[in-house]
Amino acid sequence: MVTNEQMRPALFEYLLCLGDDMLVLGHRLSEWCGHAPIIEEDIALANIALDCIGQGAALLRLAGHVEGKGRTDDALVYFRDPMDFKNAELVEQPNGDFGFTIARQFLFDAFSYHLYEALSKSGHTELAAIATKAFKEISYHLRHSSEWTRRLGDGTAESHARIQNAFDELWPLTDELFAADESETVLVGAGVAANRESLKPAWDGTVNEVLKSATLARPQEDGVKLHTRNGGPVRRHSEHLGRMLAEMQSLARAYPEAEW
Amino acid sequence: MSTNDDSQWPLWEVFTQSETGAAHQHAGSVRAVDPEMALQNARDVFGRRGPVLSIWVVPSSAITATRPSDTGPFFDPADDKVYRHSSFYKGPTGIKSQNSEA
Repeated sequence: MVTNEQMRPALFEYLLCLGDDMLVLGHRLSEWCGHAPIIEEDIALANIALDCIGQGAALLRLAGHVEGKGRTDDALVYFRDPMDFKNAELVEQPNGDFGFTIARQFLFDAFSYHLYEALSKSGHTELAAIATKAFKEISYHLRHSSEWTRRLGDGTAESHARIQNAFDELWPLTDELFAADESETVLVGAGVAANRESLKPAWDGTVNEVLKSATLARPQEDGVKLHTRNGGPVRRHSEHLGRMLAEMQSLARAYPEAEW
Repeated sequence: MSTNDDSQWPLWEVFTQSETGAAHQHAGSVRAVDPEMALQNARDVFGRRGPVLSIWVVPSSAITATRPSDTGPFFDPADDKVYRHSSFYKGPTGIKSQNSEA
Protein backbone atom coordinates (compact mmCIF):
# COMPACT_ATOMS: atom_id res chain seq x y z
CA MET A 1 0.00 0.00 0.00
CA VAL A 2 1.35 3.38 -0.99
CA THR A 3 0.69 6.15 1.49
CA ASN A 4 -0.43 9.63 0.49
CA GLU A 5 2.88 11.04 1.69
CA GLN A 6 4.83 8.63 -0.52
CA MET A 7 2.62 9.50 -3.43
CA ARG A 8 3.06 13.23 -3.05
CA PRO A 9 6.09 13.78 -5.36
CA ALA A 10 4.62 11.51 -8.04
CA LEU A 11 1.26 13.24 -7.85
CA PHE A 12 2.92 16.64 -8.13
CA GLU A 13 4.76 15.53 -11.28
CA TYR A 14 1.59 14.02 -12.71
CA LEU A 15 -0.43 17.18 -12.15
CA LEU A 16 2.34 19.20 -13.81
CA CYS A 17 2.10 16.86 -16.83
CA LEU A 18 -1.65 17.32 -17.09
CA GLY A 19 -1.60 21.04 -16.34
CA ASP A 20 1.29 21.88 -18.65
CA ASP A 21 -0.36 20.11 -21.60
CA MET A 22 -3.44 22.29 -21.20
CA LEU A 23 -1.57 25.50 -20.44
CA VAL A 24 0.81 25.22 -23.41
CA LEU A 25 -1.91 24.21 -25.85
CA GLY A 26 -4.13 27.01 -24.56
CA HIS A 27 -1.36 29.54 -25.07
CA ARG A 28 -0.73 28.29 -28.61
CA LEU A 29 -4.44 28.65 -29.42
CA SER A 30 -4.52 32.14 -27.93
CA GLU A 31 -1.93 33.14 -30.55
CA TRP A 32 -4.72 32.85 -33.13
CA CYS A 33 -6.64 35.67 -31.50
CA GLY A 34 -7.19 38.29 -34.18
CA HIS A 35 -5.69 36.06 -36.92
CA ALA A 36 -8.28 33.32 -37.56
CA PRO A 37 -9.80 32.95 -41.05
CA ILE A 38 -13.18 34.37 -39.98
CA ILE A 39 -14.45 36.23 -36.93
CA GLU A 40 -16.61 33.28 -35.80
CA GLU A 41 -13.61 30.95 -35.82
CA ASP A 42 -11.50 33.57 -34.09
CA ILE A 43 -14.01 33.54 -31.23
CA ALA A 44 -14.20 29.73 -31.27
CA LEU A 45 -10.42 29.33 -30.96
CA ALA A 46 -10.26 31.96 -28.24
CA ASN A 47 -13.03 30.13 -26.34
CA ILE A 48 -11.15 26.85 -26.58
CA ALA A 49 -7.92 28.58 -25.55
CA LEU A 50 -9.65 29.96 -22.45
CA ASP A 51 -11.04 26.52 -21.59
CA CYS A 52 -7.57 24.99 -21.85
CA ILE A 53 -5.89 27.74 -19.85
CA GLY A 54 -8.62 27.47 -17.20
CA GLN A 55 -8.09 23.71 -16.95
CA GLY A 56 -4.33 24.20 -16.82
CA ALA A 57 -4.65 26.79 -14.06
CA ALA A 58 -6.88 24.52 -11.96
CA LEU A 59 -4.49 21.58 -12.36
CA LEU A 60 -1.40 23.66 -11.58
CA ARG A 61 -3.10 25.23 -8.56
CA LEU A 62 -3.75 21.71 -7.29
CA ALA A 63 -0.15 20.78 -8.11
CA GLY A 64 1.03 23.69 -5.95
CA HIS A 65 -1.12 22.50 -3.03
CA VAL A 66 0.13 18.95 -3.40
CA GLU A 67 3.74 20.10 -3.53
CA GLY A 68 3.17 21.98 -0.28
CA LYS A 69 5.87 24.61 -0.79
CA GLY A 70 3.54 27.53 -1.25
CA ARG A 71 3.91 27.78 -5.04
CA THR A 72 0.83 29.24 -6.70
CA ASP A 73 -0.35 28.43 -10.21
CA ASP A 74 1.17 31.72 -11.37
CA ALA A 75 4.52 30.79 -9.82
CA LEU A 76 4.47 27.48 -11.66
CA VAL A 77 3.42 29.07 -14.96
CA TYR A 78 5.73 32.08 -15.02
CA PHE A 79 8.77 31.05 -13.02
CA ARG A 80 9.69 27.60 -14.27
CA ASP A 81 12.19 27.19 -17.10
CA PRO A 82 11.47 25.25 -20.30
CA MET A 83 13.16 22.03 -19.18
CA ASP A 84 10.95 21.93 -16.09
CA PHE A 85 7.79 21.91 -18.18
CA LYS A 86 6.20 18.47 -18.49
CA ASN A 87 3.94 18.97 -21.49
CA ALA A 88 3.97 16.69 -24.49
CA GLU A 89 5.88 17.89 -27.55
CA LEU A 90 2.68 17.71 -29.60
CA VAL A 91 1.01 20.66 -27.87
CA GLU A 92 4.01 23.01 -28.06
CA GLN A 93 4.25 22.79 -31.86
CA PRO A 94 3.76 26.19 -33.52
CA ASN A 95 0.35 26.85 -35.02
CA GLY A 96 1.34 26.59 -38.68
CA ASP A 97 -1.64 27.11 -40.98
CA PHE A 98 -5.24 26.67 -39.84
CA GLY A 99 -5.23 23.01 -40.96
CA PHE A 100 -2.10 22.31 -38.90
CA THR A 101 -3.70 23.85 -35.81
CA ILE A 102 -6.85 21.76 -36.35
CA ALA A 103 -4.86 18.54 -36.83
CA ARG A 104 -2.83 19.21 -33.66
CA GLN A 105 -6.02 20.01 -31.77
CA PHE A 106 -7.88 16.97 -33.03
CA LEU A 107 -5.09 14.51 -32.15
CA PHE A 108 -4.88 15.98 -28.66
CA ASP A 109 -8.67 16.34 -28.14
CA ALA A 110 -9.19 12.68 -29.07
CA PHE A 111 -6.60 11.79 -26.42
CA SER A 112 -7.78 14.13 -23.67
CA TYR A 113 -11.41 13.16 -24.27
CA HIS A 114 -10.68 9.59 -23.22
CA LEU A 115 -8.12 10.62 -20.58
CA TYR A 116 -10.45 13.02 -18.76
CA GLU A 117 -13.37 10.65 -18.99
CA ALA A 118 -11.18 8.19 -17.08
CA LEU A 119 -9.84 10.85 -14.68
CA SER A 120 -13.36 11.93 -13.73
CA LYS A 121 -13.46 8.59 -11.87
CA SER A 122 -10.09 9.17 -10.16
CA GLY A 123 -9.81 8.23 -6.51
CA HIS A 124 -8.35 11.70 -5.89
CA THR A 125 -11.40 13.84 -5.17
CA GLU A 126 -10.09 17.22 -6.35
CA LEU A 127 -8.59 15.76 -9.51
CA ALA A 128 -11.86 13.95 -10.27
CA ALA A 129 -13.78 17.23 -9.84
CA ILE A 130 -11.47 19.15 -12.18
CA ALA A 131 -11.64 16.31 -14.70
CA THR A 132 -15.43 16.16 -14.62
CA LYS A 133 -15.69 19.86 -15.46
CA ALA A 134 -12.94 19.63 -18.07
CA PHE A 135 -14.52 16.61 -19.74
CA LYS A 136 -17.59 18.65 -20.72
CA GLU A 137 -15.41 21.33 -22.29
CA ILE A 138 -13.20 18.80 -24.03
CA SER A 139 -16.25 17.04 -25.48
CA TYR A 140 -17.05 20.26 -27.31
CA HIS A 141 -13.42 20.79 -28.36
CA LEU A 142 -13.40 17.33 -29.91
CA ARG A 143 -16.62 18.02 -31.77
CA HIS A 144 -15.20 21.28 -33.09
CA SER A 145 -11.87 19.82 -34.23
CA SER A 146 -13.53 16.66 -35.66
CA GLU A 147 -15.94 18.68 -37.78
CA TRP A 148 -13.15 20.88 -39.09
CA THR A 149 -11.00 17.84 -39.84
CA ARG A 150 -13.85 16.41 -41.93
CA ARG A 151 -14.42 19.64 -43.79
CA LEU A 152 -10.77 20.32 -44.55
CA GLY A 153 -10.07 16.68 -45.43
CA ASP A 154 -13.14 16.31 -47.59
CA GLY A 155 -12.94 19.88 -48.85
CA THR A 156 -10.83 21.20 -51.71
CA ALA A 157 -7.70 19.54 -53.09
CA GLU A 158 -5.64 22.18 -51.32
CA SER A 159 -7.31 21.86 -47.92
CA HIS A 160 -7.03 18.06 -48.17
CA ALA A 161 -3.32 18.20 -49.01
CA ARG A 162 -2.58 20.69 -46.24
CA ILE A 163 -4.30 18.82 -43.42
CA GLN A 164 -2.99 15.44 -44.59
CA ASN A 165 0.47 16.92 -44.49
CA ALA A 166 -0.18 18.22 -40.97
CA PHE A 167 -1.30 14.79 -39.75
CA ASP A 168 1.77 13.18 -41.33
CA GLU A 169 4.04 15.68 -39.63
CA LEU A 170 2.42 15.48 -36.19
CA TRP A 171 1.85 11.74 -36.10
CA PRO A 172 5.24 10.71 -34.58
CA LEU A 173 4.52 13.03 -31.64
CA THR A 174 1.39 11.11 -30.62
CA ASP A 175 3.29 8.11 -29.19
CA GLU A 176 4.40 10.20 -26.26
CA LEU A 177 0.80 10.71 -25.14
CA PHE A 178 0.48 7.03 -24.25
CA ALA A 179 3.78 6.47 -22.44
CA ALA A 180 3.88 6.65 -18.65
CA ASP A 181 6.95 6.72 -16.45
CA GLU A 182 7.43 4.70 -13.27
CA SER A 183 6.02 7.25 -10.85
CA GLU A 184 2.87 7.56 -12.90
CA THR A 185 2.48 3.77 -12.88
CA VAL A 186 2.42 3.94 -9.07
CA LEU A 187 -0.43 6.46 -9.25
CA VAL A 188 -2.32 4.25 -11.68
CA GLY A 189 -1.98 1.38 -9.21
CA ALA A 190 -3.37 3.60 -6.47
CA GLY A 191 -6.43 4.49 -8.57
CA VAL A 192 -5.40 8.15 -8.85
CA ALA A 193 -4.06 8.38 -12.42
CA ALA A 194 -5.47 6.92 -15.61
CA ASN A 195 -3.57 4.21 -17.44
CA ARG A 196 -2.40 5.98 -20.60
CA GLU A 197 -1.62 2.83 -22.49
CA SER A 198 -5.14 1.51 -21.98
CA LEU A 199 -6.53 4.65 -23.69
CA LYS A 200 -4.82 3.84 -26.98
CA PRO A 201 -7.52 1.57 -28.48
CA ALA A 202 -10.24 4.15 -27.75
CA TRP A 203 -8.06 6.91 -29.24
CA ASP A 204 -7.38 4.75 -32.30
CA GLY A 205 -11.10 4.24 -32.72
CA THR A 206 -11.92 7.94 -32.52
CA VAL A 207 -9.06 8.99 -34.79
CA ASN A 208 -9.66 6.28 -37.39
CA GLU A 209 -13.36 7.06 -37.63
CA VAL A 210 -12.83 10.79 -38.18
CA LEU A 211 -9.88 10.38 -40.57
CA LYS A 212 -11.91 7.93 -42.63
CA SER A 213 -14.94 10.20 -42.87
CA ALA A 214 -12.55 13.05 -43.75
CA THR A 215 -11.12 10.94 -46.62
CA LEU A 216 -7.70 11.24 -44.96
CA ALA A 217 -5.10 8.50 -44.63
CA ARG A 218 -3.89 7.40 -41.23
CA PRO A 219 -0.14 8.04 -41.31
CA GLN A 220 2.11 4.98 -41.27
CA GLU A 221 3.45 3.88 -37.90
CA ASP A 222 7.20 3.94 -38.11
CA GLY A 223 7.55 1.49 -35.25
CA VAL A 224 10.26 3.56 -33.61
CA LYS A 225 9.11 5.24 -30.45
CA LEU A 226 11.36 8.25 -30.50
CA HIS A 227 9.31 10.33 -28.13
CA THR A 228 8.30 8.90 -24.81
CA ARG A 229 6.82 10.85 -21.97
CA ASN A 230 9.38 11.16 -19.19
CA GLY A 231 11.29 8.57 -21.17
CA GLY A 232 14.69 9.75 -20.02
CA PRO A 233 16.30 11.68 -17.20
CA VAL A 234 15.73 14.94 -19.07
CA ARG A 235 12.34 15.65 -20.52
CA ARG A 236 12.42 16.26 -24.25
CA HIS A 237 11.12 19.44 -25.75
CA SER A 238 11.41 20.88 -29.20
CA GLU A 239 13.14 24.20 -29.78
CA HIS A 240 9.72 25.84 -29.93
CA LEU A 241 8.77 25.67 -26.25
CA GLY A 242 11.56 27.99 -25.09
CA ARG A 243 10.51 30.72 -27.48
CA MET A 244 6.89 30.38 -26.56
CA LEU A 245 7.63 30.58 -22.84
CA ALA A 246 10.02 33.50 -23.32
CA GLU A 247 7.11 35.51 -24.67
CA MET A 248 4.55 34.14 -22.23
CA GLN A 249 6.72 34.74 -19.15
CA SER A 250 8.42 38.01 -20.09
CA LEU A 251 5.93 40.37 -18.46
CA ALA A 252 5.63 38.44 -15.20
CA ARG A 253 9.42 38.19 -14.98
CA ALA A 254 9.98 41.86 -15.71
CA TYR A 255 7.38 42.88 -13.12
CA PRO A 256 7.24 39.97 -10.65
CA GLU A 257 4.69 41.53 -8.29
CA ALA A 258 2.53 43.11 -10.97
CA GLU A 259 -1.22 42.55 -10.93
CA TRP A 260 -3.44 42.86 -13.95
CA MET B 1 -33.60 37.42 -50.46
CA SER B 2 -29.97 37.12 -49.49
CA THR B 3 -27.31 36.82 -52.10
CA ASN B 4 -23.88 35.36 -51.71
CA ASP B 5 -22.13 37.06 -54.56
CA ASP B 6 -19.20 38.22 -52.46
CA SER B 7 -16.52 35.93 -51.05
CA GLN B 8 -18.36 35.46 -47.76
CA TRP B 9 -19.84 32.20 -46.55
CA PRO B 10 -23.64 31.95 -46.37
CA LEU B 11 -25.39 33.87 -43.61
CA TRP B 12 -27.45 32.18 -40.87
CA GLU B 13 -29.87 33.74 -38.40
CA VAL B 14 -29.42 32.53 -34.82
CA PHE B 15 -32.21 32.04 -32.29
CA THR B 16 -31.48 31.14 -28.68
CA GLN B 17 -33.70 29.89 -25.87
CA SER B 18 -32.73 30.97 -22.37
CA GLU B 19 -35.15 28.91 -20.28
CA THR B 20 -37.40 25.92 -20.68
CA GLY B 21 -40.64 26.83 -22.39
CA ALA B 22 -39.46 30.30 -23.39
CA ALA B 23 -39.64 31.34 -27.02
CA HIS B 24 -36.44 31.23 -29.03
CA GLN B 25 -35.31 34.80 -29.57
CA HIS B 26 -33.28 36.24 -32.38
CA ALA B 27 -29.72 36.70 -31.14
CA GLY B 28 -27.93 37.76 -34.31
CA SER B 29 -26.33 36.13 -37.31
CA VAL B 30 -23.22 34.14 -38.20
CA ARG B 31 -21.53 32.97 -41.39
CA ALA B 32 -20.86 29.29 -41.97
CA VAL B 33 -20.58 26.75 -44.79
CA ASP B 34 -23.22 24.32 -43.51
CA PRO B 35 -25.79 23.79 -40.72
CA GLU B 36 -23.47 22.00 -38.26
CA MET B 37 -20.81 24.69 -38.54
CA ALA B 38 -23.47 27.38 -38.27
CA LEU B 39 -24.63 25.75 -35.03
CA GLN B 40 -21.08 25.62 -33.66
CA ASN B 41 -20.39 29.22 -34.62
CA ALA B 42 -23.67 30.29 -33.06
CA ARG B 43 -22.73 28.46 -29.89
CA ASP B 44 -19.37 30.21 -29.75
CA VAL B 45 -20.63 33.67 -30.62
CA PHE B 46 -23.96 33.77 -28.77
CA GLY B 47 -23.96 30.86 -26.34
CA ARG B 48 -20.88 31.53 -24.27
CA ARG B 49 -22.32 34.13 -21.93
CA GLY B 50 -25.45 33.59 -19.92
CA PRO B 51 -27.68 30.54 -19.97
CA VAL B 52 -28.63 29.00 -23.30
CA LEU B 53 -30.65 25.80 -23.46
CA SER B 54 -31.21 25.53 -27.17
CA ILE B 55 -30.07 27.14 -30.39
CA TRP B 56 -31.76 27.27 -33.78
CA VAL B 57 -29.95 28.34 -36.92
CA VAL B 58 -31.86 29.22 -40.07
CA PRO B 59 -30.42 30.16 -43.45
CA SER B 60 -31.02 33.89 -43.79
CA SER B 61 -32.12 33.19 -47.36
CA ALA B 62 -35.06 31.16 -45.99
CA ILE B 63 -36.54 34.22 -44.31
CA THR B 64 -39.11 36.30 -46.15
CA ALA B 65 -39.39 39.75 -44.64
CA THR B 66 -41.52 42.83 -45.12
CA ARG B 67 -39.99 45.77 -46.95
CA PRO B 68 -39.76 49.24 -45.47
CA SER B 69 -42.37 50.35 -48.05
CA ASP B 70 -44.79 47.77 -46.60
CA THR B 71 -44.82 49.47 -43.21
CA GLY B 72 -47.82 51.70 -43.84
CA PRO B 73 -50.21 49.19 -45.44
CA PHE B 74 -49.11 46.33 -43.19
CA PHE B 75 -49.00 47.91 -39.79
CA ASP B 76 -50.68 51.32 -39.57
CA PRO B 77 -54.27 50.00 -39.61
CA ALA B 78 -53.67 48.42 -36.19
CA ASP B 79 -52.99 51.83 -34.64
CA ASP B 80 -56.49 53.29 -34.60
CA LYS B 81 -58.50 50.24 -33.54
CA VAL B 82 -58.19 50.19 -29.79
CA TYR B 83 -60.91 47.55 -29.52
CA ARG B 84 -58.40 45.02 -30.88
CA HIS B 85 -56.54 45.18 -27.57
CA SER B 86 -57.87 43.37 -24.54
CA SER B 87 -57.17 46.43 -22.44
CA PHE B 88 -60.04 48.16 -24.29
CA TYR B 89 -62.56 45.98 -22.43
CA LYS B 90 -63.45 46.37 -18.78
CA GLY B 91 -63.63 43.17 -16.78
CA PRO B 92 -66.60 42.51 -14.50
CA THR B 93 -66.29 44.23 -11.14
CA GLY B 94 -64.91 42.03 -8.38
CA ILE B 95 -62.68 40.04 -10.76
CA LYS B 96 -58.99 40.70 -10.47
CA SER B 97 -57.28 41.28 -13.76
CA GLN B 98 -54.46 38.90 -14.59
CA ASN B 99 -51.98 41.71 -14.69
CA SER B 100 -52.61 42.79 -11.12
CA GLU B 101 -52.17 39.28 -9.80
CA ALA B 102 -48.51 38.93 -10.67
